[in-house]
Amino acid sequence: MNSDIAKLLPLPPATFHILVALADDDRHGYAIMQDVAERTGGTLKLSAGTLYRSIQRMLEQGLISEVRQRPASKDDDERRRYYRITAFGTAVAKADAQRLFDMLKLARARGLAPEGR
Amino acid sequence: MRLYRALLHLYPASFRVEYGTEMEAIFERRRRGASSAGRLGLWVQTIGDIVATAAAVHLDILRQDVRYGVRALRRTPSFSLTAIAVAAIGIGANTAVFSVTDFVLLRPLPFRDPDRLVKIWERTPGYPRLELSPENYRDWKRLSNSFSSMGALWTIASNLSTPGTDPERVTGAAITWDLLPTLGVSPRMGRGFTEADDRENAAGTIILSDALWRSLFGGEPDIVGRTITLDDTRYQIVGVMPPDFAFPSRQVEFWRPIQLSVNDKDRTNTYLTVVGRLEPGVTLSDAGAELNGIAGRLAVQFPDQDKQLAATIMPMRDDVPKQSRFLVLVLSGAALCVLLIVCANLANLLITRAAGRRKEIAVRAAIGAGRERIVRQLATESAMLAIAGGVLGVALAYVALPMLATLAPVTLPTAGEPTVDARVLVAAAVLTAFTAFAFGVLPALRLGREADAAGLREGARGGARRERLRSTLVVAELVASIVLLVGTGLLLQALWQVSRVDPGFQPDHVLTLRTTLPWPKYAPTEKRAAFYESVLGRIRALPGVSAAGYISGLPFVVRGALWSVSLHGQPQGLADSRSVSLRYVTPGFFTTLAIPIRRGRDVSDTDTQKSPFVAVVSESFARREWPGQDPIGQRFTVAFFERTIVGVVQDVRMRGLESEGEPQVYIPYRQITDGWMSTYAPKDLAIKLSVPPGQIVPAIRQIVKDIDPGEPVSDVRMLGDIVAQETAPREGQLRVLGAFAFIAALLAAIGIHGLLAFGVSQRVQEFGVRLAIGAQPSQVAGLVFRQGVRLALLGLVIGVACAYAAARALAALLAGVSPADPLTFGAVIALVGVLTVIGSLLPAWRALRVDPITALRAEY
Repeated sequence: MNSDIAKLLPLPPATFHILVALADDDRHGYAIMQDVAERTGGTLKLSAGTLYRSIQRMLEQGLISEVRQRPASKDDDERRRYYRITAFGTAVAKADAQRLFDMLKLARARGLAPEGR
Repeated sequence: MRLYRALLHLYPASFRVEYGTEMEAIFERRRRGASSAGRLGLWVQTIGDIVATAAAVHLDILRQDVRYGVRALRRTPSFSLTAIAVAAIGIGANTAVFSVTDFVLLRPLPFRDPDRLVKIWERTPGYPRLELSPENYRDWKRLSNSFSSMGALWTIASNLSTPGTDPERVTGAAITWDLLPTLGVSPRMGRGFTEADDRENAAGTIILSDALWRSLFGGEPDIVGRTITLDDTRYQIVGVMPPDFAFPSRQVEFWRPIQLSVNDKDRTNTYLTVVGRLEPGVTLSDAGAELNGIAGRLAVQFPDQDKQLAATIMPMRDDVPKQSRFLVLVLSGAALCVLLIVCANLANLLITRAAGRRKEIAVRAAIGAGRERIVRQLATESAMLAIAGGVLGVALAYVALPMLATLAPVTLPTAGEPTVDARVLVAAAVLTAFTAFAFGVLPALRLGREADAAGLREGARGGARRERLRSTLVVAELVASIVLLVGTGLLLQALWQVSRVDPGFQPDHVLTLRTTLPWPKYAPTEKRAAFYESVLGRIRALPGVSAAGYISGLPFVVRGALWSVSLHGQPQGLADSRSVSLRYVTPGFFTTLAIPIRRGRDVSDTDTQKSPFVAVVSESFARREWPGQDPIGQRFTVAFFERTIVGVVQDVRMRGLESEGEPQVYIPYRQITDGWMSTYAPKDLAIKLSVPPGQIVPAIRQIVKDIDPGEPVSDVRMLGDIVAQETAPREGQLRVLGAFAFIAALLAAIGIHGLLAFGVSQRVQEFGVRLAIGAQPSQVAGLVFRQGVRLALLGLVIGVACAYAAARALAALLAGVSPADPLTFGAVIALVGVLTVIGSLLPAWRALRVDPITALRAEY
């Protein structure tokens, strides 16, 4: 594994979820919060402070970038900044997902987690 | 919304600017969607979130700044190491000095509620602090209401005999039974004294110090109830004190009940040290007023003995020898001076470095770093340097402390020595923070301000304001180092002055030792005389001994032993100031110390209780009592008897080199009534040697052992060492102060050099122009040189004024050297002049070598 990636693992949960939220589409901050809440069935609600602190760090780490061209949408708002996952970000998210999957496998082998399909 | 916006200020400005608007919008949306009850919850949640994430964001930035800082500092290792070393010197010096200051002056004493403990003295005209007489002690204790308890003691020394080993001399204290409860301490083992133990003629009981218990019994646990023998008397051990108990000083190894006699009604026999514990709510001045009121009544009641009696009362913590207090304060001041110089120097270093980094900073500003982030980054770097300096400084202090520890007096009621402990570490942390702030924040703010202006402009020069700030810092360094140099110079002169003082005797090749004859075995005067005669007779017969004699207390060793004299049978009392330093001597003592006999004769073995009572007096005594007359044959009363003067000797400084002391009266060792005045029985033996002491000490010990096997020989030392001990605190102080002054001068010279060198590098272009339009190189160099001289002159004017003020505050330590001593000031001015020249030479030489063509073409 790339050592730059390894240095970031394991990802903090907020970082992981933001990467997942940005995996399919560029989003602004509030949209990320909504997406995370929806996907986790409301169990994880990112606070504004956690969200933007994570965004700042992820920008510095090169996991995401700010998008200058904003998608034309009726929701668009001048104040909003949109974020996009970078290739590096995708690689890190994949690596962390693989890490989680491997751990799950180990847990299953000892009967600590339900069998998946 | 205003509250929310205010809360956003918890975030760093950079973060707020970037995300504040969006966070506000999100909050606004949520607030609108919430019910009024839900809003409260939303606020609680939001505030918690902002506080937690703001702290995290600050931490993120700190982590980043530290990483960046480490890289930046690594790029310039010589700068970083210099700055760390300089900071370490400042912080280390102050940490070490603080640990001594704390030990001597600040740290609470190791007793219960130490703030309420006071010391009490009698006060009579001319004697502000006199111990108490037992009768006055009893009256003050009985009649006062300000104290919840009061106890008294006096220091004693006894011969300790242990079967199978040589007898040993140990110091202890005779204490009233309620002294330990007054202090609020109890033995770690066994019990304290009871009122019954303290009654006259009660069976002997004793409490041991932890150290004596360990050395005598190897720390055996079951020793309560066993006995030890002191001065041929058996005492039952009732307790052992905890190891940190050292009262009245750490030399004390045992405590015995004082057993004051109720029949002792002599109010002029003052020897009790008295400690009181104030009642809650009673102030020091309340208690003082009450004691003075009682003293006034006693003075009326006993006009002969308590004439003009008053009280002195002070917190026990403040009972530190004046000299020690002053010594420590001077060192603290000097250490602060060093710290100020260090900060000024570091600030200058950082400003210089910052000037070299203007482009780097401008680039960072251009790619979006706000001023706040840049200032933070620079401040973080300074803090890192200061912290590294602080850690190194604490290590330095730890190493240097043994050198300073000798400055703490041994008479404090605390065990142990100054150490680098938690209190000192806290102080070091505060010093480090101060240093970081003083040298880091200023340049950081200044640079941050400039970052806004277009710093990228090629060749942008620092403004005149920066130049002024730097010059001010250099002048401040000069001023502080001049103060230190002058202080050191004056104290050095004072030390010379003191060591040149003639003590009145010749200490060279004189061996001294102590044999204290215990009472009641040696209470008969003739029994003591027989001991002295056989010891002296055999010692004088040893090869290598040219003279020997006994005295009741050697000069510098026993400083007091005062007695009032009276002429023509006038009544005597301590209130009149006719006291003398009283000594009992054997023949040969004056010869041994080479104290010249000016008139008449030495005391003699034939001056007995049956022959007329005589005395040998000092010249100053003869002058004081019989000015212009022949003192031989004059009569006066001292120590209960009228005596005739048979000899006059040269004056001796009994109280030490720095005090003339009282006139001296010497009485033949036999003219003392059996059993009287035990503390005046001769005990200090002085022997003039013509061979090294190592060869002869075993023989002397054997002689004493042959004559009385139970008699210990203690305090074996050369008189020269005792005299040298007089100036040891001064020498210790001077060594530290000298080191400080040297560092200060060095830093100041580096400061001048740094400022001028930097100025030259900034002005190369200007010099190029000047040279191109016809200026001589020497004129350009002169320009630089003159700047150095201007700074030095300014520093000298202010520094000399400050130094004079400081010297006047030092007057008490100067031993008569004038605070305006021209030699010292002249030398310091010359030294600063030399330093300025050295500091300016290199920059001036560099200016001399400016090549106008290169300078103008390079534009830099």
